[in-house]
Amino acid sequence: MATIEFSEEQTMLMETAVDFCRKHSPLDRVRAQIEQSDGISAEVWQEMVDLGWLGITVPEPYGGLGLSLADTVPIAESMGRHLMGSPFVATTLATQALVQNASETQKEHWLPQIAEGSAASLALTEEDGNWNLTEVGSHAQVQGDKLLLTAKKCFVLDAPQAAVIVVSAQVDGAARLIAVTADQLPEGALVRETVIDETRRSYTLEVDALALPADQLLPGADFASVEHAALLLLSAEMSGGLAGVLHVIIDYLTTRKQFDQYIGSYQSLKHPTVQILLSMEACRSHVYRAATLIAQSDNDAIEEAVRMAKAQGSEAFAFAGDRAVQFHGGFGFTYECDAQLFLRRALWCQYQFGDAAYHRNLLAPLLLD
Amino acid sequence: MSVTQAEIAEFEEQADRWFAEHKPGNPGFILPETFMEVGTDQQFEFLRDWQQKVYENGYVGMSWPKEYGGLGMDQVFQDIATKAMAKHRVPFLPNTIGLNWAGPLILAMGSDEEKSKYIKGILSAEDIWCQGFSEPDHGSDLGSAQCKAVKDGDEYVINGSKIWTSLGSYAKYMILIARTSTDGPNKYAGLSFFLAPMQAAGIEPRPIKKLTGEYGFCQTFFHDARIPASCMIGKEGEGWKVAMATLMFERGAVGGQAGGLSMMDLSIDDIVELARRAKRNGKPAIEDPHVREQLVDLITEARGNSYMSARTKVPALATDWPDAVSMSGKLRATELKRRMCQFAISLQGANGARYVSSEAVDGGLWQRSYLNAFSGTIGGGTSQIQHNIIGERVLGLPKS
Ligand SMILES: Cc1cc2nc3c(=O)[nH]c(=O)nc-3n(C[C@H](O)[C@H](O)[C@H](O)COP(=O)(O)OP(=O)(O)OC[C@H]3O[C@@H](n4cnc5c(N)ncnc54)[C@H](O)[C@@H]3O)c2cc1C
Repeated sequence: MATIEFSEEQTMLMETAVDFCRKHSPLDRVRAQIEQSDGISAEVWQEMVDLGWLGITVPEPYGGLGLSLADTVPIAESMGRHLMGSPFVATTLATQALVQNASETQKEHWLPQIAEGSAASLALTEEDGNWNLTEVGSHAQVQGDKLLLTAKKCFVLDAPQAAVIVVSAQVDGAARLIAVTADQLPEGALVRETVIDETRRSYTLEVDALALPADQLLPGADFASVEHAALLLLSAEMSGGLAGVLHVIIDYLTTRKQFDQYIGSYQSLKHPTVQILLSMEACRSHVYRAATLIAQSDNDAIEEAVRMAKAQGSEAFAFAGDRAVQFHGGFGFTYECDAQLFLRRALWCQYQFGDAAYHRNLLAPLLLD
Repeated sequence: MSVTQAEIAEFEEQADRWFAEHKPGNPGFILPETFMEVGTDQQFEFLRDWQQKVYENGYVGMSWPKEYGGLGMDQVFQDIATKAMAKHRVPFLPNTIGLNWAGPLILAMGSDEEKSKYIKGILSAEDIWCQGFSEPDHGSDLGSAQCKAVKDGDEYVINGSKIWTSLGSYAKYMILIARTSTDGPNKYAGLSFFLAPMQAAGIEPRPIKKLTGEYGFCQTFFHDARIPASCMIGKEGEGWKVAMATLMFERGAVGGQAGGLSMMDLSIDDIVELARRAKRNGKPAIEDPHVREQLVDLITEARGNSYMSARTKVPALATDWPDAVSMSGKLRATELKRRMCQFAISLQGANGARYVSSEAVDGGLWQRSYLNAFSGTIGGGTSQIQHNIIGERVLGLPKS
């Protein structure tokens, strides 16, 4: 029987996260932050650090709470709901990569810093837009106690804030992970990218034969767990985003009148809105089912669950964003209308870490053969 | 009433064993897929016997009060028994209208006398129930029903007709809404609700052939049919309220049902299994990339539905629109089933065009299932009406 577990502690965490995001990320603030260069304010970040959120998945010996990635789901979901752009998700994913793949010494070095509030990020995707994380062109050579890294990475989130960035590259013919610190990056290595979701701060990271200490190569290369974590948190953001955009739609459908009637009384708007509601309910269910399996370390079932969540959520959120614009008429076509914020977020989420067709293709052998 | 894990585990095993052992064999004729499609006496008797056996062995009505024929047990036990029925794919219980809407209605609103009179017969399938809501001119717009009930002494005289009456030919009782007045403040005010006996003179159910060519429901005619005034449930003019309460049970939006299966379950695994056998262009359909993608999509949707039920058990995860899942169960399940059947036909190449015959894939089961699947998307309030209801009641959108 497929169950969904959600503890008292998780419920409390969720309540805190909902309040936090509502307070710090109303849509006018989201818009104001689009204009600013470094997104989230230092005070808000510090508040997250004080709440212990950065250390949720950091094991206790390294100063964290040693909880499961599942415990970050309510936070990512709430942030998605309020379109909050913050380095929280990128940092959590980088943490996950370090927890799973770093050596004892590396963990002792990086993890306490993160638990104390240093942001971190991942640099996995490349210019060709390939979603297969092990097919990378960036490469590194070990020369004695040095590692020479030549890489061009895209969609590196919140890179300038990150104290450490986990970069993927070919080393001796296999995809590996390398931790690179901010102070090791030469001037000009990070260039801001123009991406469809303006709440995201996305960067290209480019280095040519950058010399790093060889001990920054992580011994583990578990790309699957990094991908699963990313799929879970992106799906959680989409689940929240679906609820957020649904509220935007309902507000308009219950206040705008045409032909002397609220437009929400027209079934060509009402019925697709109900479809969006049901797709949101499905998305949330897939997300918390996947979170339950991750918390239980049910490794055989996790891959199926996260790919399903991402496939279903991607399509649902993109549909909701698309309809949100249409249902606002001429106003929907404006920058001022909030529908565009959600549509752009939906497109971002859809095309990061694999779209619906990509994941269905990978699910087919898991489910059918 | 607290139930221990050990009791649950023990009962799970017991129910599992009982249904494994007592699952009826192939009856030698095609069984209907839902209670709305019982078309022959042979089918009816087979299913009634099955319900009786299930009841006598204590697997239906388990949470209903003992004094009226139930077992007075915690709902968890009934849910376990129902799950075991689904797992072993045993036939459904035909008295669905009694078990799942008239019964809970009587338990919620009826007098002690009514409970004593009706409940046990509902459970044992001794007394079959039907529903007289829809009329030829008023289906979705149920509130405009015109079938008349005029009081005459301690009787009501009924005139008019009801249509699409499932089980109409077999029923002993009908839950009936009829118009007792035309001069109320609105159309709803003139309606009253009856637990009407079907055997009264002047009541005549006539079978109607359905789209599959078989029989399944009736038009029920009333010609000066006299029923005792005591059959009314609720007060005169309050029939709409009672009808709405009935529909909440019917759509599974509130609990209190006797449990058990009311239709033959179609699982996505059946479709996957068909995709392995069926051939498209000379190859197993399951090798076609387009088929694979659609199958994955259907599996994802089916799993999403089952996880939804699991998630609503966690109140913290059912915020914003807490009734969305329970109010949409019928819509989600019936529309998915219809599309699964449609898809199953598409796996068969040119043989998709066959119908029930020995040449057809699986004897034409899928084509027949597809045609029958509309019973779910039309009966009990159409899918379009379900969208309206969810939009208005759950999301608070203005009425259409
Ligand atoms: C197999 C089966 C068994 C049934 N069993 C019973 C039974 O036992 N007892 C009983 O009383 N009834 C029964 N019904 C009747 C069923 O409840 C009605 O058929 C249903 O409510 C639709 O009413 P109608 O047939 O009059 O269609 P109509 O109401 O005329 O609808 C025609 C079309 O218009 C659409 N429509 C109507 N109003 C709206 C609106 N406001 N917004 C958008 N679209 C709208 C409908 O969705 C439908 O597509 C059964 C039906 C079926 C198919």
